[in-house]
Amino acid sequence: MDIKKTALYSVHLELGAKMAPFAGYWMPIQYAGILQEHRCVRTQVGLFDVSHMGEFIVRGKNALDFLQKITINDVSKLQVNQVQYTAMCYENGGIVDDLLVYRFDDYYMMVVNAANVEKDWNWAKSHLLDDVVLQNQSDQFSLLALQGPFSRDLLQQATSLPLDDLAFYWSMSGVVADVPMIVSRTGYTGELGYELCFAPEHTEKIWHTLMAIGEPYKIEPIGLGARDTLRLEMKYCLYGNDIDATTHPLEAGLGWITKLDKPDFIGKAAILQAKNQGLTRKLVGFMVKGKAFPRHGYELYRGPQKIGFVTSGTFSPMLEKGIGMGYVESEFSNIGSTIEIDIRGKRESAEIVKTPFYQHK
Amino acid sequence: MNVPEKMKYTSEHEWVAVEGSIATIGITEYAQGELGDLIYIKLPDVDDQITQKESFGTVEAVKAASDLYAPVSGVVTEVNQVLADQPELVNKDPFGAGWMIKVQMSNAAELNSLLSPDDYKALIG
Repeated sequence: MDIKKTALYSVHLELGAKMAPFAGYWMPIQYAGILQEHRCVRTQVGLFDVSHMGEFIVRGKNALDFLQKITINDVSKLQVNQVQYTAMCYENGGIVDDLLVYRFDDYYMMVVNAANVEKDWNWAKSHLLDDVVLQNQSDQFSLLALQGPFSRDLLQQATSLPLDDLAFYWSMSGVVADVPMIVSRTGYTGELGYELCFAPEHTEKIWHTLMAIGEPYKIEPIGLGARDTLRLEMKYCLYGNDIDATTHPLEAGLGWITKLDKPDFIGKAAILQAKNQGLTRKLVGFMVKGKAFPRHGYELYRGPQKIGFVTSGTFSPMLEKGIGMGYVESEFSNIGSTIEIDIRGKRESAEIVKTPFYQHK
Repeated sequence: MNVPEKMKYTSEHEWVAVEGSIATIGITEYAQGELGDLIYIKLPDVDDQITQKESFGTVEAVKAASDLYAPVSGVVTEVNQVLADQPELVNKDPFGAGWMIKVQMSNAAELNSLLSPDDYKALIG
């Protein structure tokens, strides 16, 4: 299969990015280095190319009913220009994907994980209702994320949109640097930040404009490596690591987006059953006590007993400790509990901690 | 990519510099670039025995952990203790301040199995 390029491919190369194939695209993994990029987003502002993400447009008079059927959050609660974090589940409660749903005047937009575009598209199409028009416009949009404490001041210099009025998980449609786009106050970092969705032909111009305006704010380009460490410090789930077809939303800590009181949706019966039976395992966050770093797939123990496994792990650049997420049997999942990680044959002690791991001071 | 002429190399991206019977060992500039920011380096202790082609330690980068493979066999005579607090020295100066261990070689003939600078350059393209 040919590996696709985003509109910024040559810009990334000029910036000296280390590129790697990810979800079918050549993507920048890092520029200056993950640690520097991570700290830049936490303390200044960073710009990410996330154009590999997928966008589906949903129109028609049954668009709401369709989204209510295939997603687990309550789309009827969305107001025009509001955004919602949600997921699609299989009948057995396993997760197809996690995604954002945007509501606009007369249509909705689903923003899905790059690696899942084809699977999600087939899944959504196979559950289509009459009078719903579903379009895969993933190639018709570029998506940039501008994240960090200076992101608002920076972006405001490029637009007359009243960004002070843009609340968390809301969007505005307007012009930034002469380019029409959707600006949403969303992101995957835990910092103040925005995601910009617009036609790909403008991508280089928007990128260069934001980088130029950002110079006094010490803006840097940020790769997928720091995107992963930033989301991990927040304990945000990554599909394919922490959630997948074998995990259901309640055990993944996504009860807050699972609206079991709304009318039927795909997976509801299975999730209800799991809830009523009591969760057998939970996705927890833990911090390693010593100098050791958990990685995806490592096993978790309490004494001789295997109690779970690591789904994501890294060095936390802000806490300078090994942090991780993993599923552990419910009886061992309490905050403050000590667990052990098998790190290449050696047991390392870790504590289940409150998350997010890192909170902006 | 810097590949100093005075060193020999492994296909696992370690370098070795020889003075008499003492071999100084580290990882290459290419290796540190592929690994990215290093956060922890686990090295053997002085007097530990290491064996050619076997693991003598681990480098932890933000993204992943990788084993270090011994280019030669012998007894560890010195460990770069500075790396315990400043693993980033391996990123900044892999052939200099980022050296890892010194080894009293037990079989100098093992050096013949290592890659020359030209062979190593060909390997990393």
